Amino acid sequence: MLPISVAMNNGHQPTEAVIGILAIQGDFALHAKMLERLGARWRLVKHTADLNGISALIIPGGESTTMLNVLADEHMDAAIREFAARGKPIFGTCAGAILLAKEVLNPAQQRLGLMDITIERNAYGRQVDSAVRQGECPSIADHPLEMVFIRAPIIRRVGKRVRVLGWAEGLPVLVEQDHLLAATFHPELTDDQTIHRYFLRKCGL
Amino acid sequence: MWQYDEQMKLKVGLAEMLKGGVIMDVTTAEQARIAEGAGAAAVMALERVPADIRKEGGVARMASVKVIKEIMSAVTIPVMAKARIGHFAEAQVLEALGVDYIDESEVLTPADEEHHIDKWPFKVPFVCGARNLGEALRRIGEGAAMIRTKGEAGSGNIVEAVRHLRAITGEIRQLTTLRDDELMAKAKELGAPFELVKWVAKNGRLPVPNFSAGGIATPADASLVMQLGAEAVFVGSGIFKSADPEKRAKAIVRATTHYNEPQVIAECSEDLGEPMRGIDVAKLKPEELLQTRGW
Repeated sequence: MLPISVAMNNGHQPTEAVIGILAIQGDFALHAKMLERLGARWRLVKHTADLNGISALIIPGGESTTMLNVLADEHMDAAIREFAARGKPIFGTCAGAILLAKEVLNPAQQRLGLMDITIERNAYGRQVDSAVRQGECPSIADHPLEMVFIRAPIIRRVGKRVRVLGWAEGLPVLVEQDHLLAATFHPELTDDQTIHRYFLRKCGL
Repeated sequence: MWQYDEQMKLKVGLAEMLKGGVIMDVTTAEQARIAEGAGAAAVMALERVPADIRKEGGVARMASVKVIKEIMSAVTIPVMAKARIGHFAEAQVLEALGVDYIDESEVLTPADEEHHIDKWPFKVPFVCGARNLGEALRRIGEGAAMIRTKGEAGSGNIVEAVRHLRAITGEIRQLTTLRDDELMAKAKELGAPFELVKWVAKNGRLPVPNFSAGGIATPADASLVMQLGAEAVFVGSGIFKSADPEKRAKAIVRATTHYNEPQVIAECSEDLGEPMRGIDVAKLKPEELLQTRGW
């Protein structure tokens, strides 16, 4: 079966950077697969203590309300904020991007509030409106990217410190603020490694 | 031939997003809000939970349009709804309403005793029940983007869910040990499309996610099916037929995330109130079984 059950890849060599993947719910196993292919060390993060010893964090796609619920149970939301405050890179895809945003619409909800963007949930519509779109990330990819949007959010506002790295159909879909990276699509659902490779570079790998 | 085309990528994609989560049966907008608040990854809108369908009898159909619409506007998580086996017109209605996933379900009274819905032409993804690998691959061949092991819905008894999960994962393991020239005979035996049998033999898993359903009533039940290889769980009657639905829902969500940590399962099993009563599946008459519906 899929690697969820065998996924505890305890990165034993402390000298080598380990990327944590938040594994409360969602497609965390696909991010793990992508990191595996890129030769990066990774570890699933399910508890606050799991944040110790990792050098960066990926927040995967899934349901943001589910993740928030379990995060709050263990005060893990505060721990992730502190993790970010120490300058550790965080990459959020879809639900992960929603969690990173400072402001969430449709409806307003709790969030980690780390990135100066306003994001609207389910903004393209329901599952029948999910689509594969062509997008551009001129500063990191010289080819158009296949971007998979699933009940995706739309970034409605970007703050001054936020740099837009990718567009699809005229909308910002990949944004960066210092050590934080957020995508409204799912690079982990395709074979294109560009976005993950870029995140690993941000992590100094 | 089975194809992981763009449409299938989107359909399977949503199933990927639900992994590690709990999909809860709800019959009202109020229950849907409770489910969402407790951390459900999605809700299943239906008129009666399986335990009541079992008790009250009669023909079980797609939920009323009014109930589905109320539930859809009450929550922001994905909303699934059930259509009867073979009832493609009910499925078309559900697609027109914009539900996020259709469950072609044995819990409802079948509309066709020979054919399932051709699921390929739909934009909305389908989940279908299965008891063994052959049944799972037939449904995938028809275009299902997610399989859930059937268990015995409305029983509050995990025994059938375990049987079906072990059957499917065991048959997959066995398939990977066969020689190429043995696969056609195996496909014949399973009653499954040859291309899909080859795919599973090569990859050692189903080409779509495999969730578990039918009889999950406690956090430990969720942990059990996850440890047996389920990638997410459906809870039907188990939540809203228990003494304290909100608390139980939250506990099962947490147990699904931390399924392989007995300490956490112990913590969230404490003080939950009475679970649903449940029935001994072995005492059911063959015609009372829901799992045998589907062909």
